[in-house]
Amino acid sequence: MLWLLWLVPALPLAGFAILFLTAGRLKKPAVAAIGVGSTGLSVVFAFIVTGAFLAAPPAGHAYHEVLWRWIAIGHFTPNVALRLDPLSLIMMLVVTFVGFLIHLYSAEFMEADEGYSRYFAWLNLFMAAMLVLVLAANLLLLYAGWEGVGLCSYLLIGFWYRDPANGRAARKAFIVTRIGDTAFILGIIYLFLSLGTLDIAALMDRARQAWPVGSGMADLAAALLLGGALGKSAQLPLQTWLPDAMAGPTPVSALIHAATMVTAGVYLIARTHVLFMLAPPVQLAVAAVGAATLLLAAFSALNQHDLKRIIAYSTISQIGYMFLALGVGAWTAAIFHFMTHAFFKSLLFLAAGAVMMRIGDEHDIFRMGGLWRRLPVAFLTFLAGAVSLSALPIISAGFYSKDIILLAAWQSGPSGPGLWAAGFVAAFLTALYIFRAVFIVFFGPMHTTPTSRYGWRIVVPLSILSVLALVGGLVETPAWLGGIAAFSNLLAPALPAYRGMAAGSAAQATVMAVDAFIAVFGVTIAYFAFLRRPALVTRLVTAPAARALSRFWLAGWGFDWLYDRVLVRPFVGLARLNRGDVIDAFYSGVAFANCAANKLLSETVNGRLRWYSAWLAAGSLAAIAIMMFA
Amino acid sequence: MLLAWLIFIPALGGFLAWPGERLGRDMPRWIALAALAAELALLIAIWAGGQGGTWLAETDRPWIPQLGIAFRLDLDGLSLVLILLTIGLGILAVAVSWNEITERVGFFHLNLLLTLAGVIGVFLALDLFLFFFLWEVMLVPMYFIIAVWGHERRVYAAIKFFIFTQGSGLLMLVAILALAFAHRAASGTFTFDYFALLGTARHSAIGFWIMLGFFIAFAVKLPAFPLHSWLPDAHTEAPTAGSVILAGVLLKTGAYGMLRFVLPLFPEAAAQFAPLAMLLGAIGVLYGAVLAFAQDDMKRLVAYSSVSHMGFVLLGIFAGTALALQGVVVEMIAHGISTGALFIVVGLLQDRLHTRDMRLLGGLFAKVPMLSAAGMVFAIASLGLPGLGNFVGEFLILLGSWEVNLPLTIVAALGLITAVIYALVFVQRALHGEPRDAAILPDLGRRETAVIAVLMAAILWLGVYPQPLFDTAAPGLADLRHPQAVHAAPAARAP
Repeated sequence: MLWLLWLVPALPLAGFAILFLTAGRLKKPAVAAIGVGSTGLSVVFAFIVTGAFLAAPPAGHAYHEVLWRWIAIGHFTPNVALRLDPLSLIMMLVVTFVGFLIHLYSAEFMEADEGYSRYFAWLNLFMAAMLVLVLAANLLLLYAGWEGVGLCSYLLIGFWYRDPANGRAARKAFIVTRIGDTAFILGIIYLFLSLGTLDIAALMDRARQAWPVGSGMADLAAALLLGGALGKSAQLPLQTWLPDAMAGPTPVSALIHAATMVTAGVYLIARTHVLFMLAPPVQLAVAAVGAATLLLAAFSALNQHDLKRIIAYSTISQIGYMFLALGVGAWTAAIFHFMTHAFFKSLLFLAAGAVMMRIGDEHDIFRMGGLWRRLPVAFLTFLAGAVSLSALPIISAGFYSKDIILLAAWQSGPSGPGLWAAGFVAAFLTALYIFRAVFIVFFGPMHTTPTSRYGWRIVVPLSILSVLALVGGLVETPAWLGGIAAFSNLLAPALPAYRGMAAGSAAQATVMAVDAFIAVFGVTIAYFAFLRRPALVTRLVTAPAARALSRFWLAGWGFDWLYDRVLVRPFVGLARLNRGDVIDAFYSGVAFANCAANKLLSETVNGRLRWYSAWLAAGSLAAIAIMMFA
Repeated sequence: MLLAWLIFIPALGGFLAWPGERLGRDMPRWIALAALAAELALLIAIWAGGQGGTWLAETDRPWIPQLGIAFRLDLDGLSLVLILLTIGLGILAVAVSWNEITERVGFFHLNLLLTLAGVIGVFLALDLFLFFFLWEVMLVPMYFIIAVWGHERRVYAAIKFFIFTQGSGLLMLVAILALAFAHRAASGTFTFDYFALLGTARHSAIGFWIMLGFFIAFAVKLPAFPLHSWLPDAHTEAPTAGSVILAGVLLKTGAYGMLRFVLPLFPEAAAQFAPLAMLLGAIGVLYGAVLAFAQDDMKRLVAYSSVSHMGFVLLGIFAGTALALQGVVVEMIAHGISTGALFIVVGLLQDRLHTRDMRLLGGLFAKVPMLSAAGMVFAIASLGLPGLGNFVGEFLILLGSWEVNLPLTIVAALGLITAVIYALVFVQRALHGEPRDAAILPDLGRRETAVIAVLMAAILWLGVYPQPLFDTAAPGLADLRHPQAVHAAPAARAP
């Protein structure tokens, strides 16, 4: 049954093709049936394939399926080929399942929109591209999926195209990620020219044999791939596009800008982890970028007024945790956190969307308040997401994944305590900022009155995701909670196991206890600061220094300001300056000189005898003078 | 003689279409379509009956034997794919001028078909004198197309186009003659035969200068930075069909000339000159893209994007590796399709709105969704999205250039970023935003939908299954590579 694998990306692609070619002529129920149905079938086939894979694992725990020959020139023979191994299996399951739930939610959420068909066309295309990305057997096809999801991200951020601000946000996302992608494509070229293949499995084998640990070639290759990962996963210094990407419809933010696409960088690094293990400086850079990003983004999240921007910064921060995990070699922990994050972060977005759609699309948390009574479904599901994001011990999926990451960071050699400290402080901030949102949005005085009700297509995805956000982490638990290792065992053939310190050591127990405590502490502080004694916070943030700092954080640490001055304005200025093409001015000059010379010479042909004889005389004199003096 | 008919059929079709006007206004269009259909059928017949090997078919008749001039035509895979592109875009050009060209319809189609005949001849001729003759044949009717049926500044643009091409053509004539004389000095026979002249330049002290004469002529046509400045005016002022043929086909004659003549005739000189040529290519990639971004006129934007794409072509030609040359072929075809399509989209918009100024546009998605979607698809192709043809070309060119000249490869790769900027700015300014007024515009008609659908299918096919193209072009390309390529062929360095 494994050969059915191609259907998993093909079905959403077919959905896209139908919706694109009918160009909006279908009725809305038909659109929803195609859009949601194709993804639903894709989930079914993903489960069938998974079943077949687990029941009888293929040789080497990887199934390779060549669909057709893409390019074959000499030794350069990348195929359109899929590869299913435990890593891509988990990615495929999460992408299809969460993707399907978000499609279902969208069917109701977007029902009143005039662009219903266009919306599902792009969303289906996104699913196809994302599945190609995770299932690709070679880097070139992976890059095709990579760019495909980038395109869909662009199309969906700018979905409401009438507002130029949305278009600007969409372009920003495409251009900023394209900067990283260009590094990525150069990395692909470099890898092929150095190792002679682009097939990922063969590439990793050859790299392992050809390059020693610490070789400059491995450093370069890994660094170029990292460039691509930084852009797509919105890590420093290419993180600026993601908060603006919230201009798109909320389910899009949940699917693309939280659960799936933005974690593609994490997947890429995990997929090519051999290269990063051969390049310790680059791997350390991954950890450092992750630590810096998760901290910076957490501070920014603390200051936002816009509910979606809070969650967006939180996404940047949580992907920072995944990068931290990759950087310290806790590969499975990164993928584990990807999975739990996909559950709780898409849940947070969908719940936030459920709140905002009922109060006239209000985004400002300070104009909400007291909504828990009127919107119990949204409240409970958002709360489940917040609990999981804060990593409250035992009862949340986020706890299990974040716990491993912090522990691994602590144990990762000389820089370990520093990396851990960043993650630890951000863990506190995470609990603080998300419960700030919970308390301000759902408690306190009411500022708005919600309207209408939810249908099943919104309630069901929210409920399923809530359950997963709470218990989805139980596939991998620490020793004192049963020591389940189903997740890392499944991934073992694809990713090296993390070799931490022996379970049960005193240091480990201490670190884990502190990590668990900090989340609870953060929630408690949030409760006092934002619900019980808001006056305290008000007084704190109105101090001049605090206000400046707050504005700085609100603006995302001034990156936009900096890039605008250093890159955007010089580029636009230069382009405007040379709008008329300076090269053309040269040719115009030549043409002008010719015309002028023509005019000048025509002047001499004026038919006046005296004029001619004068010139004759002058010429003769000149000739005599030259003869005499030369 | 079959190959000669490939030139005669469009020419004859043109001379029938001209008076055909008297039988009805649409008669020239049908005659033109019939001629091109016959042309296509003939080409496929020749292809199917190919004799195998590099050269699929050849014709060699004496023409002016006293001067060593022959009527010599040869078809290889490279010529074949370029002629296919020419015929395909020719058919589409007739289709898109159906409503746009309403005056002197017969004369228009005469000029259109004569241009195509000249272009097809250029892709076939392997006698250098014949080549020069056909090179001039394609120039004059295009001058008329721009000057008679063009837009506001058509006369200025047509004259500029003519002077640039004619001036550089003169250089080429001098170079051809110099080469023939050099050959006579070395071997005693006076000939313009391509195969006879192949080794000549090696023994000539002025080989480099002769090469430069050819190069400049082809670089103007391509166009390469800094010889590009005729292009924005000519493309912008030409009627849609003219722009499609100019961008889609005529520019390719420049690239073809470099591939067919500059590299094989002057291998050493070309290798010596390659760094500078590649530098011009890389500059062109960025220069064209930045200028495209700054334009307000949609057609000028697309025109400058051509400069950028042709920069990739120039880079790949002088990198000269198998991968780069295959990339050049795909890039040429893909550019012909995507840029031709963008000119068609812009032309259709201009038909409806009577302006190309993006400062006056916006919100077209709400009014003409299908036309806007077409514009977006081809803009996306233009920015190099994998799955569409341009990506395959640009990627292979970068891949094939890396080991020849790394710094310039990286500079050209930056063009992937700048391409996104101009393509998306076009989408934003023309298609997105709030509609400017409530006027109702007709969306794509049936004929227009068919044209767009063909182009979309073609660009998608090139992106996902370009292999037949590689296989067709490969034997011809193998003969063209200059010595520089020998060391640069990527070897599988498996441990």
